[in-house]
Amino acid sequence: MFDRILKQAFFLLIVKPVVFIGLGLNIWHRERLPLCGPAIIAANHNSHLDTLVLMALYPLRDLPMVRPVAAADYFMRNRFLAWFALKVIGIIPLDRAGQTARDALFAECEQALSEGQILLLFPEGSRGDPERLQPLKRGIYYLAKSGAGIGVTAVVMHGLGRAMPKGDALIVPFNCDVVIGETYYPQDDAQAFIDTLRSAFESLLAMCLTRRHLD
Amino acid sequence: MDFSRLLFLPLPVNTQIAMLAVISLLVIASVASTLAGRRMAPPEARELTQRLTSWWVMIAVIFFALLAGRTASLVFFALLSFFALREFLSILPVRQLDRRVILALYLMIPVHYYWISIEWYGVFIIFIPVYLFLFIPFALILLGETKGFIQSATSYHWAVMTTVFALSHIAYLLILPAEVNPAGGPVGLVLYLLFLTQFNDVMQYVWGKALGRRKIVPSVSPNKTWAGFVGGLLTTMALAAVLGPWLTPLTVVEGLVAGVLIGGAGFVGDLMVSAVKRDLGIKDTGTMIPGHGGILDRVDSLIYTAPLFFHFIYYLKY
Repeated sequence: MFDRILKQAFFLLIVKPVVFIGLGLNIWHRERLPLCGPAIIAANHNSHLDTLVLMALYPLRDLPMVRPVAAADYFMRNRFLAWFALKVIGIIPLDRAGQTARDALFAECEQALSEGQILLLFPEGSRGDPERLQPLKRGIYYLAKSGAGIGVTAVVMHGLGRAMPKGDALIVPFNCDVVIGETYYPQDDAQAFIDTLRSAFESLLAMCLTRRHLD
Repeated sequence: MDFSRLLFLPLPVNTQIAMLAVISLLVIASVASTLAGRRMAPPEARELTQRLTSWWVMIAVIFFALLAGRTASLVFFALLSFFALREFLSILPVRQLDRRVILALYLMIPVHYYWISIEWYGVFIIFIPVYLFLFIPFALILLGETKGFIQSATSYHWAVMTTVFALSHIAYLLILPAEVNPAGGPVGLVLYLLFLTQFNDVMQYVWGKALGRRKIVPSVSPNKTWAGFVGGLLTTMALAAVLGPWLTPLTVVEGLVAGVLIGGAGFVGDLMVSAVKRDLGIKDTGTMIPGHGGILDRVDSLIYTAPLFFHFIYYLKY
């Protein structure tokens, strides 16, 4: 109960003002966002803000249902960060180092899906270079296959790497694009599913307004 | 301390009537669009409803700010500049390296509006055109990267000039001495400029739809026709002449000239934002105003009409 109030207060008083007034979002197809689980949202990953922006799209009362899947090695490295990530944000820690067997790796994610929660997943695995799409990992396919009728909604964000790039804690206001795509259901071929998702990402990226970059 | 100046502007009758007239126009437009919407395809009807709903929200916010007094109005225009500048810098090509310079530019917005609030005209008129013009290249030199220097220096200054300096002329209208304009007061001047600028946009569209054939600048905007431009200009001049003595210190003839300035300049401002979008290959500058696009899509004409109208009336009357 206390965690729930803390989470809602954190999003109401800090995250939503930062995201909607400090940053400003260009949102396309908000109506496609899955509002009830079990569901998986697959998004590209550029910045720590990605998770907070996606969660800020949800009404406060639905927030406890939304669970970002995040790197255990990063978020569990000290006690304060671990408490914050688990209790306030509500992440599901994922072992990226390969120490855990595959069926155990996703146990907590599958549990959350079976309880009707919404998982936020970044199939690129890490934030990578700013605003560049990395190869997608296959784990998302197996996770979507773990229960019946679990769809994967593709979401692309752009501009957050400019508002808050990796390794820089300073947020500079920029409008960011959030394009919500179609929901895809896994068939029998993992590679085909990953390819579909990747091409969805690419066509959603083409809709973004903030893509003119000088390199 | 004089609280009446801080919290509430006692509005002249003409200004109150003008506000009521705008609201009545919105009511008529809403009723008409509901009736017309029944005969339209659902996506078009939805777009029309969205556009009108956005008009209601925009006018509610502006009227609320204007009624809440000078400080609230200045805060509103400063926020408008912030949202417009943020939108502009988000679509422009920006070097990752320049983030801190851009943060500094945002912080200059309250400084610029502070000069307005203390009625320091001399600094208001040179702060961005002179001091930021000199400061931006200096700040970029400190970053030490010359690749893209020209692009950054020019585009950032242009962005601040359009979204902060040009738009803030609307705010400066509010602090011109009220006794010069007993008919409309400071708010009357702002309503005159805002209403005629938006009216001109609508009239150019209406005349263009009704009679438009020959295109003016098809390479920048395929929708602009000679009939739309001339029809809009004449209609705006007529209304500007009528409203001039009623809301501003302008005479009928001076109102006609103000109409030429607003009609002509509004057209150029509209094309300026169209050219920017064409160059970047985007259709809208943002999604902040449903049915309209971004902030820049809505204030494009004002970027040109506000400074021209301001200096016209400032030279003649203040």
